[in-house]
Amino acid sequence: MKTNILARDTVPPITLPPDKTLLDMLYYMKLTRELEFRIERKLYRQGKIVGGVYVGRGQEAIAVGSCIDLRQDDAVCPSHRDMGAFLIRGMTLRTILAQYMGRKTGATKGKDSNMHMGDLSKNLVAFVSMLGDNVPVAAGIGLSFKMRGQDRVALCFFGDGATSRGDWHEGINMASVFKVPVVFICNNNQYAYSTPLERQMAVENVADRAEAYGMPGEIIDGNDIVAVWDAASRAIERARSGHGPALIECKTFRMTGHSAHDDAGYVPHELFEFWKERDPIHRFEQLLTDRGLTTPTAIEELQQRINFEIDEAIQAAEKDPLPEPADCLRDVYFEGTEE
Amino acid sequence: MAVTTYVEAIRQGIWEEMEKDERVFVIGEDVGIYGGAFKVTAGMLERFGEWRIIDTPISESGIVGAAIGAALMGMRPVAEMQFADFISCAFDQITNFAAKCRYRWGAGIPIVVRGPSGGGVHGGPFHSQNPEMYFVHTPGLKVVCPATAYDAKGLIKAAIRDPDPVIYFEHKFLYRRVKEELPTDDFVVPIGKAAIRRKGADITIVTYGAMVYTALDAAKELEKEGIDLEIIDLRSLLPFDKEAVLDSVRKTNKVILLHEDTQIGGFAGELAAIISEEAFEYLDGPIRRITAPNTPVPYSPPLEEFFLPKVSDVIRVARELYAY
Repeated sequence: MKTNILARDTVPPITLPPDKTLLDMLYYMKLTRELEFRIERKLYRQGKIVGGVYVGRGQEAIAVGSCIDLRQDDAVCPSHRDMGAFLIRGMTLRTILAQYMGRKTGATKGKDSNMHMGDLSKNLVAFVSMLGDNVPVAAGIGLSFKMRGQDRVALCFFGDGATSRGDWHEGINMASVFKVPVVFICNNNQYAYSTPLERQMAVENVADRAEAYGMPGEIIDGNDIVAVWDAASRAIERARSGHGPALIECKTFRMTGHSAHDDAGYVPHELFEFWKERDPIHRFEQLLTDRGLTTPTAIEELQQRINFEIDEAIQAAEKDPLPEPADCLRDVYFEGTEE
Repeated sequence: MAVTTYVEAIRQGIWEEMEKDERVFVIGEDVGIYGGAFKVTAGMLERFGEWRIIDTPISESGIVGAAIGAALMGMRPVAEMQFADFISCAFDQITNFAAKCRYRWGAGIPIVVRGPSGGGVHGGPFHSQNPEMYFVHTPGLKVVCPATAYDAKGLIKAAIRDPDPVIYFEHKFLYRRVKEELPTDDFVVPIGKAAIRRKGADITIVTYGAMVYTALDAAKELEKEGIDLEIIDLRSLLPFDKEAVLDSVRKTNKVILLHEDTQIGGFAGELAAIISEEAFEYLDGPIRRITAPNTPVPYSPPLEEFFLPKVSDVIRVARELYAY
């Protein structure tokens, strides 16, 4: 099938990344999970985070597996369930937590909330709530690389729901027409808020849509970080060498509600049970243990280290100042003399 | 010096900025081989090549989104909307993405989105609109509406150099009807500065775009009756030159607000509020608005003629206000 030309059965069996990369993957997945646990289940419930909170529990393998090998000069356009992308690109825990707590030291100085953060020095592009808007933007990023002859790549993330929006289609089409170096990564977590996939689209797979735009699409197990890394690496290499964009559909599941206030009562219990068995972190811990790269004790020590890092960052962010009310008026336009 | 049309002035402005700054590029529908529906980009493909004059699919949101992405990576895109009416298709990218990036995370988006607006050419409801106010209502954007060839060139150059997103509405009625000799040196017209098109003592008319000429024609007629109009051409709507408006109103004590855009939510309403807040005690008569009626722009000549504000409207209202 044309849409699966990147599929695993047409390429050699997956070679694992170097051991260091594997251990980094474990660290970033566990860091993501713990950080989002604190944000959603602790700080939000304690009233220390106001507004909306969206997490990617159960989807950690996707951002981590696809971003881990990027170059610093590559660009990333995360969506709202891709915390791992921010961590790997070097946004600090303190900056992220200050962002969630509306502090002046947060990535948006209190101007925007939660995952709506970016940092141009890290080539991280801030997400907006209009799903799919980052798709044409990523196409333009890729276009700028191509027109300047740079061998940089952009990664663009979105959920299954975003693929129903017109901007998604315009951006995917334009990226393909211009053959720009962009890898599109779909977190297909089966639900857009309360709307299940079959109400979202009449095709079976998001990747099926790739064929209509003349770009390769591949379906992978999004809860298998090695599969994510493998597919992303091939697509990134392909894009970097001038062969254009690709779409990777990562099948996964949202192990929470849409946001912190949503108990996901509309999701059949069996679905959660099914996907709990396929938890990306537990599976990966098992793989690394089987290969002698880690041990249950080492995993526990890693967890303790992560807890400590997050504790420290929360304490620091909580002490950080809130913005001044009049900061509301700042930075609508460029305020310097030369940019 | 050669006489330059308004449309040629825009072309020259873009061309010169592209020669000067390799980050500048043009992206839009039919801008390459065809040179743009109104020939604003004629000859550019041959000079700058297909990666700086980029023909796109019909995807206004995609065009603006791509411009934003390129701008984030250090480029200076000029996105063409084939008709300004089609900018509604890119509304979300402009108002939610481009306009808010700097405020949210300090990422300036130095893009220009330009396109032909306005009526008088029998374009009908989808090729004649004046969509400026959707964007004037969006903090983070700048909005300009040049009326002369000099301003068309000076403002497109200023817009391209500006670190923030600028929406540039060029009036298609003026493309080949307005021309003047332009200086050969590199000049810009600063965004946010109005121009006094006619000095006068009796009534201020604040306007912009093609209506500048409607006001000037009316002034010629009214002069014969001893009514002396002062005509302020705003040139920029966001930011706009509040002091120029207030200074003139404080001098003449009477004001007419004139625009081709429809009335409800039009710029005249905002101006009226500011004048009454900040110059109320200087007014010797009611603030008067002359605008298009609150309808879509109709096609058939008698309908469109009815829709567009006319010289006779300005003369009538000026006489009423003068007698006040």
